[in-house]
Amino acid sequence: MKNIFKFFLSSITAIALFFSSAQADSIRIGTEGAYPPWNAKDESGKLIGFEVELANFLCIYMKRDCTIVEQDWDGMIPGLIMRKYDAIMAGMSITDERKKTINFSQGYADEVASLAVMKGSSLEGMDTPKAINLSTGGASAKKALKTLTAALAGKTIGVQTATIHQNFLESGDVGNVTIRTYKTQDEVNLDLAAGRIDAALAAAVAFTDYAEKSGKPVVLVGPTFAGGAFGNGVGVGLRKEDTQLMNDFNKAINTARKNGKISELAIKWFGFDASM
Amino acid sequence: MDLDFAIEHLPRLLRAAKLTIELTFLSLFFGIFVGVFFALLRTSNSKVLYYISYYYSYIFRGTPLLVQIFIIYFGLAQLEWIRESFLWVFLKEPYSCAILAFTLNTGAYSSEIFRSAFETINKGIVEAAKGLGLNKINTFFKIKLPIAIRQSLPAYGNEMILMLKGTSLASTVTLLDLTGVAKHIISTTFKPVEVFIVAGSIYLLMTFIVHNFIKFLEKRYDYN
Amino acid sequence: MGLLAYGDTGWGDELFLATLMTIAVALAAILIGFFLAAIFASFKLSKNKILNLIGGFYTTVFRGVPELLVIYLFFFGGSGAVMYVARIFGYDGYIEVNAFLTGAFSIGIISGAYSTEVFRGAVQSIDKGQFEASEVLGFKKKIYYYKIIIPQMLRLALPNISNVWQITLKDTSLISVTGLVEIMRQSYIAAGSTRDPLFFYSFAAVLYLFLTFLSMKMFNRLEKNYSRGH
Repeated sequence: MKNIFKFFLSSITAIALFFSSAQADSIRIGTEGAYPPWNAKDESGKLIGFEVELANFLCIYMKRDCTIVEQDWDGMIPGLIMRKYDAIMAGMSITDERKKTINFSQGYADEVASLAVMKGSSLEGMDTPKAINLSTGGASAKKALKTLTAALAGKTIGVQTATIHQNFLESGDVGNVTIRTYKTQDEVNLDLAAGRIDAALAAAVAFTDYAEKSGKPVVLVGPTFAGGAFGNGVGVGLRKEDTQLMNDFNKAINTARKNGKISELAIKWFGFDASM
Repeated sequence: MDLDFAIEHLPRLLRAAKLTIELTFLSLFFGIFVGVFFALLRTSNSKVLYYISYYYSYIFRGTPLLVQIFIIYFGLAQLEWIRESFLWVFLKEPYSCAILAFTLNTGAYSSEIFRSAFETINKGIVEAAKGLGLNKINTFFKIKLPIAIRQSLPAYGNEMILMLKGTSLASTVTLLDLTGVAKHIISTTFKPVEVFIVAGSIYLLMTFIVHNFIKFLEKRYDYN
Repeated sequence: MGLLAYGDTGWGDELFLATLMTIAVALAAILIGFFLAAIFASFKLSKNKILNLIGGFYTTVFRGVPELLVIYLFFFGGSGAVMYVARIFGYDGYIEVNAFLTGAFSIGIISGAYSTEVFRGAVQSIDKGQFEASEVLGFKKKIYYYKIIIPQMLRLALPNISNVWQITLKDTSLISVTGLVEIMRQSYIAAGSTRDPLFFYSFAAVLYLFLTFLSMKMFNRLEKNYSRGH
């Protein structure tokens, strides 16, 4: 009698546990897998990168199951809205434009952008400050933009489509340049190396990573950019109605920042502490 | 359906349509020469020339246009010796790469159309021309060519429309044609249906014009 | 050549799987197309003017608008459309319309437009005498369509169906935007990873030529079979 009772109780418990763990919804996180070192794929096709690792840690802190889903950049926000995944961690900068459609968590890392050219380009050695911030920069930022406008006049610059980099070039802050948009950063790099474009604009680390892996003489020129059209750091993209999820992510990011996890991963993948 | 949306984006789409028309026109224009050339090769007695034409047609009709344009744009740029040659002036620009790919592609299909048109010319007419004392060159330009053109019209009209659609692939190599701009609008405004309707209508309008132009030519040059 | 090796070091196995995927999508697409073509061809052949118009609209739109635009419509709008319909029925959750279905359906709807014309043309070119004789002999319309008209239509349509197949097969190269890993997408990935686009896109061309070659052989066989007695 006692044994049957025990068996009955344990099976109900088991069933209850099974259902409760199935109920705790797993979160799907979308990433591009083509923007090293933020997110990329190794030779076997597995997703790797700063954000892939950070995502796993954030999920541990949120005590939720996560799966990482791959998505082409130009379908990134539509995929979120279509509920293909619940969050975006794809080196996506927090901008007012994007905030019209989606929400962002607090930023977890800073992405500084930079122009890149092939060694020997006439654009090398520009007289500009090391870094400018378009939101707070003031006079020195304005002067740098003037220098850039003059240097880039009539040049062809490549960017990945639907990025802050494209927005910046289209804003006219550096005058009239010929913009070429590409589906992936990889294609931008290919055409830069082939000499089809005079320069490219993307995250500085994307270029240093490319230079390292391909051995091509790609060099950064001009100031690094932040603020303004470049947004305010990289955050987790979320649907507007998922306020609870946003709070959960914010809490997790705080935890990751406090215990130094973000800095640790940033140094591992970028070579410097890009956390914010 | 958002009518304001359509009106807001129409100017940009129409400007892009201009590039589409340019690409179509230039590719078809050059493609005719390529097509006639390879069609003539096919009628040649030389086995080598025959097979060159045969395999050219086989390869360009048997592989997707997307592969062809990628090989020309990305593949060739990879070769150091191409980048250092005079060809690079031409192959550096996505515009010319696209036209090259489109021309070679339509050239292959056109060569089949023209070949079949030449082959089905009524032998009696050619013999009559001979009997009347016309030499080979005159026979070709005054008799064979006009008849072949008329014969080809329906099939070639179809090819013109296929080429019009084909130019949409220019968007895959950074060119901002109608499809490229449409895609950009879709991915920033998330209104795929509206954009499809507007951009699609522009394409259909162009198709309609081509179709009627061909019908007009068919009537005008009907020797019956 | 080491790039094509099977297993972890080479791309051979990925490309092989991608080729199978290409064939699978093309097959699914052409079958979806046949299904749609049966419907719309009968619309176009019907005496009802409205049905004629609907049929005409379908063939005009999907043969006249570039394939990429159709694919973008279903890729960016597909899930939304399906979920919109589901919401009407009360289902509020996420419906995953996977990449394979999106791709197959986009190409399928285009393939169907071409097939519609082929079916229509084939039926219309069957000797009117066949229709008249069947009626005179007292066969019901449904029955004689099935047993007399359709078999003949298939024989007449076969060469054109071979063309539709070639078009469908090549159109599958365009659905790489949906993320589906068919030949084109796999070549794109391999080219990016090895920075050797020339090799991989050329090899992709070879794969497509191979599929084209096989298809031609198969259709020649089918035509011989169906034309027995002619």
